[in-house]
Amino acid sequence: MSATRPVLDVRSLTKVYGEGETTVRALDGVSFQVERGEYLAIMGSSGSGKSTLMNILGCLDAPTAGTYLLDGVDVSRLSDVQLALARNRLIGFVFQAYNLIPRTSAVANVELPLAYAGMRATERRRRAMFALDLVGLADRAELQPNQLSGGQQQRVAVARALVTEPALLLADEPTGNLDSHATEEVLSVLDDLNAAGRTIVLISHEEEVGARADRLIKLFDGRIVADSRQAPVGRHSAAGMVR
Amino acid sequence: MSFAEIVRFALRGIGANKLRSALTMLGILIGVAAVILLVAVGNGSAQAITTRIEALGTNTLTVMSTSRGSGGLTPRVAEALDDPVLAPDVRSVSPVVSAPATLTYEGAEHEVTSFVGTTPAWFTASNSPVATGSVFSAEDESQARRVVVIGKTVAEEMFPGTDPVGAQVTVGGALFTVVGVLKEKSSAGFQDAGDTAVAPISAVRQVLAGYGGLSSILVEAAGSGRVDVARSEVATILDERLGAGAYRIQNASQLLETRTETAGTFTALLGAVAAISLLVGGIGITNIMLVTVTERTREIGIRKALGAPRRVILTQFLVEATLLSVIGGGLGVAAAVIGSRFSIVGVRPVIVPSSVLLALGVSVLIGLFFGGLPAARAARLRPIDALRYE
Repeated sequence: MSATRPVLDVRSLTKVYGEGETTVRALDGVSFQVERGEYLAIMGSSGSGKSTLMNILGCLDAPTAGTYLLDGVDVSRLSDVQLALARNRLIGFVFQAYNLIPRTSAVANVELPLAYAGMRATERRRRAMFALDLVGLADRAELQPNQLSGGQQQRVAVARALVTEPALLLADEPTGNLDSHATEEVLSVLDDLNAAGRTIVLISHEEEVGARADRLIKLFDGRIVADSRQAPVGRHSAAGMVR
Repeated sequence: MSFAEIVRFALRGIGANKLRSALTMLGILIGVAAVILLVAVGNGSAQAITTRIEALGTNTLTVMSTSRGSGGLTPRVAEALDDPVLAPDVRSVSPVVSAPATLTYEGAEHEVTSFVGTTPAWFTASNSPVATGSVFSAEDESQARRVVVIGKTVAEEMFPGTDPVGAQVTVGGALFTVVGVLKEKSSAGFQDAGDTAVAPISAVRQVLAGYGGLSSILVEAAGSGRVDVARSEVATILDERLGAGAYRIQNASQLLETRTETAGTFTALLGAVAAISLLVGGIGITNIMLVTVTERTREIGIRKALGAPRRVILTQFLVEATLLSVIGGGLGVAAAVIGSRFSIVGVRPVIVPSSVLLALGVSVLIGLFFGGLPAARAARLRPIDALRYE
């Protein structure tokens, strides 16, 4: 891994849904790069294509056209097994709907990516507990998702996304379902992670969430209309002090 | 990811949905147990019928007259059948006369439907050994001695608690000495095989039946495999003596065949009912599995997003489905084995091993198919499609 290579390199990405007259161009030639350690927020109104873009970046969906280099590797050339490996090792994904496995304890949820990576049970448990500790939920490790509040569930999801120490943390409207207090909880965790050197790409339509990033991309009708660097506002006070 | 790890995942999946898992297993359990048990009941009743008919003696032929007056069958005809040259496959011939009679002993009366007069060979031919005392001898027969062997039921009715051997009973105004009691015999049909009395034919003719024709002639073949040969030999002799159509030959093994066929039909019918219940159980399993597809598909989407390879997901869900159906099926077999220890509607069930295999096989296949198929389909989806599955 060379230090100069961008983590994400997206070139004229296009995604078309439907056929014939009902065709919708969700993404229409999107290109940008994300360097290591960046904190990027992608903003746009609903229907601007930001979720589609996120799903492609997370290797959950495939683009209609264009290339996507993840850590220098062309994702479209990867086989099914390699794609699974890429999702497991390179990407941590945080969903708007948390997407924890129901009726499974928090720590077991966090362990899941490590289990798929083939890690031994004891080491797995140790790392999962460490990740839970990082999001401040070590004391809730044995609780099941329905016993946790929304903010806590989302923090478990963040712990699950970062437990494999991925190159890239993708968060799709991570605070979309949360109240202001829980939003603050989750965002401060992300702040800490970025301060620790993690690359974060975040989607939101809330201005104050986007303001925390140090780079902002605005999407409109599947096109990038603005790409600017900014001084982050409202970051967690402890940011930069961890590690 | 190791196989043991995947199995642990599958177990956790089963444990995470206890009610659903229990219902699925219950469906399979009932289906499997019903098939095994119902087939066992059918089989048990078939076996019961077979043993009853076999008790009658399967290598005997009964010759009966078709004319009402019973003029055709005479002792001379019976003697003619006992011909080692013309009928080498006939072991013994017993002429039989029978009439209803009333037995009296010290004021106690008992009516038997058939007071049988015959020769000593009848006891072996009809598979009716004595339990106490002895059968009468050939000499008793030739001397027309008034001795009688009574059936179990008669003995119990007339001599409750005492040994009837040596007692003298009055039949048709004559005294007969009881020399033996027949062993208890399972009865075919509604007639009580123990409600009978057997005496030398000469004595019975003197006292009761008169010197008319015989009721029937019991022919014992030299072996069970030679019944058919003996039958044609007897028929040849009878055709010559009486003319075709004047008599009828019945065979216990024929009866056996018919009854076995009936029992087979019965078993098939029960099996069909059971198969339907297995099918309904199977549909229940399918339903439960399909209802959970939405939830499971989303779960598969999450797992794929976290980097689970398709192979691991497939294996996990197949192991889950297999465990559910195998445990359910195993419990069903256990339930059937326990159930078969009790008699059901008067039949002692006898388990047919092939029905166990069939029921278990079908239930496991249903579980695998309907548990594995949706999982296989979901595992093939792109993660985003699986996550959005409704």
